[in-house]
Amino acid sequence: MCAAMTMFDKIWDMHVVGEREDGEQLMYVDYNVVSEGPFYAFNGLRQEGRGVRHPDKTLAMADHYAPTTGRDRGIDSVADPEARVMIEQLAVNTAWAGITRHYGLTHPQQGIMHVVPAELGMPQPGMIITGADSHTSTNGAFGACGFGLGASQVKHVLATQTIWLRKPKPMRVWVDGTLGGGVSAKDVILAIIARIGVGGGVGFALEYAGSAIRGLSMEGRMTLCNMSIEAGARMGMVAPDGKTFEHLRGRELAPQADEWAQAEKFWRSLLTDEGAQFPREARLQGDAIEPMATWGTSLDEAGPVGGRIPDPGSFADPGRRGRAEKALAYMGLTPGMPIADIQVDRVFIGSCTNARLEDLRAAAKVARGRKARVPAMVVPGSMTVKRRAEEEGLHEVFLRAGFEWRDPGCSMCVSANGDRLAPGERSASTSNRNFEGRQGRGSRTHIVSPAMAAAAAVSGRLADVRDFL
Amino acid sequence: MEPFVSLTAVAAPYYFADVDTDRIIPHRFLRKPLSAGYRNFLFHDERLDAEGRERPDFVLNRPPYRSARILVGGRNFGCGSAREGAVYALQDRGFRAVIAPGYADFFRENCMQNGVLPVVLDESIVAAIAGQIQASPGSTVAIDLPGQAVRAPDGTRHRFEIDPSRKEQLLRGLDDIGLTLQRTAAIDAFESAYYRRVPWLRPVALRQ
Ligand code: SF4
Repeated sequence: MCAAMTMFDKIWDMHVVGEREDGEQLMYVDYNVVSEGPFYAFNGLRQEGRGVRHPDKTLAMADHYAPTTGRDRGIDSVADPEARVMIEQLAVNTAWAGITRHYGLTHPQQGIMHVVPAELGMPQPGMIITGADSHTSTNGAFGACGFGLGASQVKHVLATQTIWLRKPKPMRVWVDGTLGGGVSAKDVILAIIARIGVGGGVGFALEYAGSAIRGLSMEGRMTLCNMSIEAGARMGMVAPDGKTFEHLRGRELAPQADEWAQAEKFWRSLLTDEGAQFPREARLQGDAIEPMATWGTSLDEAGPVGGRIPDPGSFADPGRRGRAEKALAYMGLTPGMPIADIQVDRVFIGSCTNARLEDLRAAAKVARGRKARVPAMVVPGSMTVKRRAEEEGLHEVFLRAGFEWRDPGCSMCVSANGDRLAPGERSASTSNRNFEGRQGRGSRTHIVSPAMAAAAAVSGRLADVRDFL
Repeated sequence: MEPFVSLTAVAAPYYFADVDTDRIIPHRFLRKPLSAGYRNFLFHDERLDAEGRERPDFVLNRPPYRSARILVGGRNFGCGSAREGAVYALQDRGFRAVIAPGYADFFRENCMQNGVLPVVLDESIVAAIAGQIQASPGSTVAIDLPGQAVRAPDGTRHRFEIDPSRKEQLLRGLDDIGLTLQRTAAIDAFESAYYRRVPWLRPVALRQ
């Protein structure tokens, strides 16, 4: 029993409650996060006469339907009656279930379901964290297995604190070297996806390793793990280290002083052992990564900002070729065009991928002293981020540059609350998905980092952020 | 949950790789109660034009495919957002099975939770079936879950693999929670050992 193990195997194995003959395992869940979406789960439990096993192990956030203006008017700021029902329903459902950690629309810590938990110190090394949304993988930044579930599975977690799953295989993604100026965690993950493909991680749990990853802040690691799902993996993790522990110390849901030493010892025992085998590995050179932008409607349709849109005819795989042709027609772009020449109509800085303080600082650094040429909005990931940013005066930088400064929510990431693009409109967006219609019917999305988004705002095109630093 | 045993039905081709759930159901419909009926939301933005009229050239609008109950998809079907609404929409429009070379994990599991059978066959076989149903629209495909086989319109039979317990669950229309609650004693025992190891995580109910 002393074979070298990966961090993923260690975490997984200690959560196995039982097993079926087909190999699916019943996994114990440390924490679960919901937003307004899985109302089906609560309705189902009620109808079936079932309760919630550990109400204090679920956190609930109003985010997808939260309007990003007029927060001082509370629920009256929600113009759409259906959206209002979604937000009110979450309050009713959590009260019914006894879930007291409900961060509703007017809560001082309200925010996006993948931003707020880390502020509370919830995600900790070694945990299994589920959520009613695929970007629950964000929590992997803390050395946890975080993954999303559909509404029926969320119902299962609420009722039993467990979930049936088939164990994925571990895959390690190395990013060595150091990142250049103007290159962020967002560019790293876009480069990884461009390398391994949108299906490259299917069936795997990723562990990001290497000096460029160690060099990332906790916020950067969250951006990276957030988009593991866009590489086809359900979860992605970074091993805990001093930065992780520093982040956790003193937070509301972190171990308190008397338990800290025991917790830290446990966390340190989780690291991947020397010599552990990964069935698949990929390796990138951090120094070679440039600021990136997507040009198509799939996350692997991306390239360095200094490059050109490829000719789909040059793709060997006919499936990929057809997809790229269709994507370019939808995006209204032509092969061979320099990516930096793509003109945008709007800029969105926000979402669970890139709306933390560090992201806003990076965008503000570019916006400072310049003027937006196209409408641009900044939507902080949480009330806490918003307050901190205002303490630093970032909102003034944005407002002076002509950007809008909004209230927290998912906003234009998912066009759920009125923040959306008009048909045919083109955005530079710090969110995570460039799918057809994601930001509104007929919307065209270019996924970029916060600094790149700010550069797009002040230049009206997908400019190279390095020219602005 | 409605049991799934066997099905012979018209199959509709939607044979594209990496079809994401935003395409299957745009997010704005996920706020609708199930009682609203999800059938109309399926592939909404491709199926209907901006005025809400059906696009006659969209595959599911073409008469031979209107009664389809099987969808033939491409690899990595159902990727992107974990939204279960994608499966509600398929199911509410009458689809009981999807045949594809592979699925995003979420999508496959959401199918299982709702009694929709996600059949996996080799890419070449799926391509052949897609070709056949495109060449003669309205032709049928037969799925036999107990025998784990698909009969293509050309009469060829193809075996597919499925986890035995998932198969059992689909055949009997069983709900996952009921099965798990039979293991409550094991969950209790797990918790008491687990929280000795990580006492700082102990839930309120287990603190004395
Ligand atoms: S910001 Fe976007 S990706 Fe993140 S939880 Fe909200 S809708 Fe999902």
